[in-house]
Amino acid sequence: MKRLYYEITESFRIAFAQIRANKMRSALTALGVIIGIVAVTLMGTAIRGIDTGFQNSLNMLGDDILYVQKWPWHNVEDWWNYVGRPPITPDLAGRLNTVIAQTPNSLLDIAVPVAGRGTTAKFGENKVSSVFTIGTNSDYSRILNVDFKEGRLFNDTEDASGRNVCVLGYDIAEALYQGRSPLGEQVFLNGHPFTVVGVLAKQGSFLGLMNFDNQAVVPLEAFRKAFGVRRGSELRVKVRDKNRLQDAMEELTGAMRRVRAQMPGVRDNFSINEQGAIKAQLDPVKQGIAMAGLFITGLSLFVGAIGIMNITFVSVKERTKEIGTRKALGARRRTILLQFLIEAVSICLIGGIVGLALTYGLVLGVGAAFPAFPVEFSISLVFISVMVSIAVGIVSGFAPAWGAARLDPVVALRYE
Amino acid sequence: MTPAPAAIPFNRVTRPPGPLVIDIEGVTKLYKMGSEIIHALRGVSLQIRRNEYLAIMGPSGSGKSTLMNMLGCLDTPTAGRYLFNHKNVAHMEDDELADIRNREIGFVFQTFNLLPRSTALANVELPLVYAGQPHHARRERAMRVLEEVGLGERMYHKPNELSGGQRQRVAIARALVNNPSIILADEPTGNLDSRTGVEIMTLFEQLYEEGNTIIVVTHEEDIARHARRIVRLRDGLIESDAPAT
Ligand SMILES: Nc1ncnc2c1ncn2[C@@H]1O[C@H](COP(=O)(O)OP(=O)(O)OP(=O)(O)O)[C@@H](O)[C@H]1O
Ligand SMILES: [Mg+2]
Repeated sequence: MKRLYYEITESFRIAFAQIRANKMRSALTALGVIIGIVAVTLMGTAIRGIDTGFQNSLNMLGDDILYVQKWPWHNVEDWWNYVGRPPITPDLAGRLNTVIAQTPNSLLDIAVPVAGRGTTAKFGENKVSSVFTIGTNSDYSRILNVDFKEGRLFNDTEDASGRNVCVLGYDIAEALYQGRSPLGEQVFLNGHPFTVVGVLAKQGSFLGLMNFDNQAVVPLEAFRKAFGVRRGSELRVKVRDKNRLQDAMEELTGAMRRVRAQMPGVRDNFSINEQGAIKAQLDPVKQGIAMAGLFITGLSLFVGAIGIMNITFVSVKERTKEIGTRKALGARRRTILLQFLIEAVSICLIGGIVGLALTYGLVLGVGAAFPAFPVEFSISLVFISVMVSIAVGIVSGFAPAWGAARLDPVVALRYE
Repeated sequence: MTPAPAAIPFNRVTRPPGPLVIDIEGVTKLYKMGSEIIHALRGVSLQIRRNEYLAIMGPSGSGKSTLMNMLGCLDTPTAGRYLFNHKNVAHMEDDELADIRNREIGFVFQTFNLLPRSTALANVELPLVYAGQPHHARRERAMRVLEEVGLGERMYHKPNELSGGQRQRVAIARALVNNPSIILADEPTGNLDSRTGVEIMTLFEQLYEEGNTIIVVTHEEDIARHARRIVRLRDGLIESDAPAT
């Protein structure tokens, strides 16, 4: 045991002496590993970054919100089974809330009706099109997962009386009022005047597709008067415990069926959607991208590994006589094996650490230059890369080191 | 003028031989070179006791090095018996042989075979590393042996900063460091000028007198004359085995 320890420390000493003696060669070999590690770790940070961005986007939908809608969020083949469903009308929210109130220990908190459509917002000469305009009630504050930059949501009275008031998303407020406070100003949504009572803080976009800062929120009654709700609406239902989402969905299904007086055995004529479903749908895609990315960058690491293997073969060859001498002095097979493995691992480790440092610098640089670009450096990445470097060293150094360990001492000593 | 004969003291001591260390009988070694079979050793029997000083002589290709490698447990015989300290080593595994080489045998090579990037001290320490000795003990022992061979001043020099004679002294120190049962030297003066060669042989003489067992392979009579016993090989067979005169 002790002997093994001394052999290992001795091997490290020799390895570093060897690397110092062959600086250029070691550096070039390490470069292969450096490039491999940089490629793989950059891909790793990008994958993590995308993952985080994706999760952030999903969180905007709310991980404690269930969406009651006519259509499910996943693609359906049998669209004819859905197209005939009755629309989700806003009044369902109130009836649903009554059921929730009657249910002891309900897992559901509150249902909020949300109708939506695209509008064009105008203020003076400034114009923003494709504003996602939603009509809802004052309960919306309960499911809103963003703060107000300024102002407030419309209150119950404004809601009930259908006053033309509105809350603007961050980007619209910026575009229309250009730094001035829009509070109390009039904004025209498809020509209908609304008084601005609040502005939401910045949220970002959902998967880069749907901009949450490009919305306007108005009372449902005002929405109905201005735009109508013929196209129906949706219900957003907040659950009390997001860890019991599945149970909550079942309760909600039951409650909806009751509200809609559906007979037992009849198929639901509504869909309950939640962010997890999107996740479940996109996860395989995401994993596929990650696998492909890691595979391609892994190839460069593979090339680096071949370089290590090559240099270890060279090292064994040119030190054949030394191997013979060591064996004559009592080195066992294990000793020689360890020596060359440690040499290979040392070069890989140096390459790995330099590569990591480069990646870290690049990530910092990219993060500073493009704050929106999803890259993320992490401790586990450091750990994994170090482990990968060691593994590459062991795997690629093994064949030459094994060859060295098995050399016949007499043959090795005669080698010129 | 070769000063070698003069270096041998007239009143040299011959120590009484101790117990049997090496006992080989009917050892043969075959090498296959393609379809050709080379008989490097054709049946060699030899007994060597502790405290002997033996020279192995013979023309080139007579099997001296082959016998030496066999005696040093670097190689195993094709046939025959080899008892080292009464243990049969003829059929031992690689790693067992490595342990015997480490503990019982000190090699001195014609080409010194020092590790080029290690200091004299580190070179001498190496067998102790393989013996699993702790760092400070290694250092202490290696320093003492280096002083013994007269290199106390050169411990931190690398081989390329040493003369040939000094290198061979380092190699001898390395051979001695683990207190081996025998020291095997294959043409130890082959790469040295004759004066340095004599210096090295004087060192062997001193080591012998201190109680070491030494086997030297050489084809120089002058060198062989230092030993107390001379074994002559020819074509893989022992031609003669007699005390040195
Ligand atoms: N590994 C080997 N493969 C094939 N033949 C070998 C091998 N080693 C030695 N021989 C042959 O065995 C014979 C004895 O070789 P050995 O090296 O023992 O001679 P030697 O007496 O030491 O010669 P020298 O004085 O030249 O060193 C020679 O004919 C040599 O060619
Ligand atoms: Mg020879």
